[in-house]
Amino acid sequence: MTATLAIENLKVAIGDSNVLRGVSLDVQPGEVRGLVGESGAGKSMLGRAVLGLLPANAVIASGRITFEGRDLLAMRETERRDLLGRRIALIPQDPMTSLNPVKRVGSQIGSLLRHHLSLSKRAALTRAAELLTEVAIREPERVLSLYPHEISGGMRQRVLIAMAFACDPSLVIADEPTTALDVTVQRQVLQLVERLRLRYGSAVLFITHDLGVVAKICRTMTVLHAGRVLEEGETAEVLVRPHHAYTRALLAATPRADRPAEALRPVPPALIEQLWSDARKLDSMSVARPA
Amino acid sequence: MSDPLVRTTSLRFGYPQRKGLFRKSGLREVIKGVDIVVPRGSVLGLVGESGSGKTTLGRLLVRLLQPTAGGIQFDGVEIGGLDESELRPLRARIQMIFQDPQSSLNPRLRLGTTLTRPLHAYGRLKGPQDQRERAAALLNLVGLPVEFIDRYPNELSGGQRQRAGIARALALEPDFIVADEIVSGLDVSTQAHILLLLKELRARLGLTMVFISHDLSLVRVLCDDVAILYHGEVVEYGPVARVFSAPQHAYTRQLLAAIPLPDVEPGWLDDTPPVVTPQPQGSAA
Repeated sequence: MTATLAIENLKVAIGDSNVLRGVSLDVQPGEVRGLVGESGAGKSMLGRAVLGLLPANAVIASGRITFEGRDLLAMRETERRDLLGRRIALIPQDPMTSLNPVKRVGSQIGSLLRHHLSLSKRAALTRAAELLTEVAIREPERVLSLYPHEISGGMRQRVLIAMAFACDPSLVIADEPTTALDVTVQRQVLQLVERLRLRYGSAVLFITHDLGVVAKICRTMTVLHAGRVLEEGETAEVLVRPHHAYTRALLAATPRADRPAEALRPVPPALIEQLWSDARKLDSMSVARPA
Repeated sequence: MSDPLVRTTSLRFGYPQRKGLFRKSGLREVIKGVDIVVPRGSVLGLVGESGSGKTTLGRLLVRLLQPTAGGIQFDGVEIGGLDESELRPLRARIQMIFQDPQSSLNPRLRLGTTLTRPLHAYGRLKGPQDQRERAAALLNLVGLPVEFIDRYPNELSGGQRQRAGIARALALEPDFIVADEIVSGLDVSTQAHILLLLKELRARLGLTMVFISHDLSLVRVLCDDVAILYHGEVVEYGPVARVFSAPQHAYTRQLLAAIPLPDVEPGWLDDTPPVVTPQPQGSAA
């Protein structure tokens, strides 16, 4: 079976600093894989690399990214653009800045549908209303006529989820989509993502710092630190029997509402220093090799 | 009965609401009759989702806002109606730590200056040597190296900046601290260190604290009591052990159920719990 997404030994640098140091992971059709890490781990950078949205000063030093067997880094720009938004979709973190503030919700969903699916204006609006119904927005016609600032944060995130699934994507990259939301809204949003990905049969790469979110929605997970994969496996396995000291430390440092406070153990700073020094050692080794 | 340091009675606050361009038409109430008691040396957790009024309540407690009705007693003195000059001697005893240390620390000042500014403002510094010694002691208190005296905020990591924010709040040796979402933006590995630092400081300095958070898990680590806010009213209030083991209110149960614990739990995503619109209990109507 061809993987929906396969990343092999991806190395990305921004200026002098390496942000991804040889990352490999794959996402099989219909799989939800969690990409877990703290700030600076490179998890968002990995998502951006797949989407072709790396910052202008980023350099892909080596590696391959294939989508359904096609090399994303080697294909022509026009070909790649056609995939983005249609076959590969993004649910972004910040629902406020990801919608155009001067365009109505309906016109934003509509133009996406017209561009990728060549729908007529009227058909696009009808489909947009259907999509909003799928993400449990009541009175979809009314919401289509509103501007982003006129709806709540939770509803904006639903609109973005509707847009991500609008063109029946085979891969959805969800970049911390619930981080800014209240817990009760977060649960509803996670339920929506689950329902829609089952309905459209999409694979999901779910980027998050929250082990709780991973536990609830991801079947597999990859733990990233300093641009390196430290551990990967079935979520049920990794959370119960973590192999890497870092994964164990993260779990021990996560406060739990179901346990008394005494259980909390912060991540030892020595462990973090060790991991960074290992990562830098890796850099010097690859530099030492003649080009 | 323990000795309360801070107490509110039927505390209310509203923002003036305007209809039309010039006409005032009453208040939009965001705090609707809150009664809380913070015993000396204890930590109260204030939990709620966005729009619950938890930040507004915190700002009332440190008197950055003036109540529209009801009272706030601090150490037996009613402070709800005091003006700025009457508040000044109390301000040294009441401090606030903000969510975002990036924007609450002056980027152009070295840490040594920032940390001792409150002391300077109250005329408690005896020259440059004293300033350096005090700054060093404060850094030491929050577990930062003394060399940080000459650093600027942008040279620090998020966790280090939050430690600096805590150090500044401690400069005047306050009795009462309101901490508003101070670990929200931090990574898990940093967050636990800050929580344990607060625990340790509390034990060492006998601080009384109000810890505002949207995250019930954090409250369990640090607090003795917890008040759950919903639309400006306290819907549940009690000792942490009781509220977590036997929540009385449907909204509290809904909040607890919505927290994704790091355990695989099939079915968590299936059932959509009914949305509860809570009826407040125990707060004056």
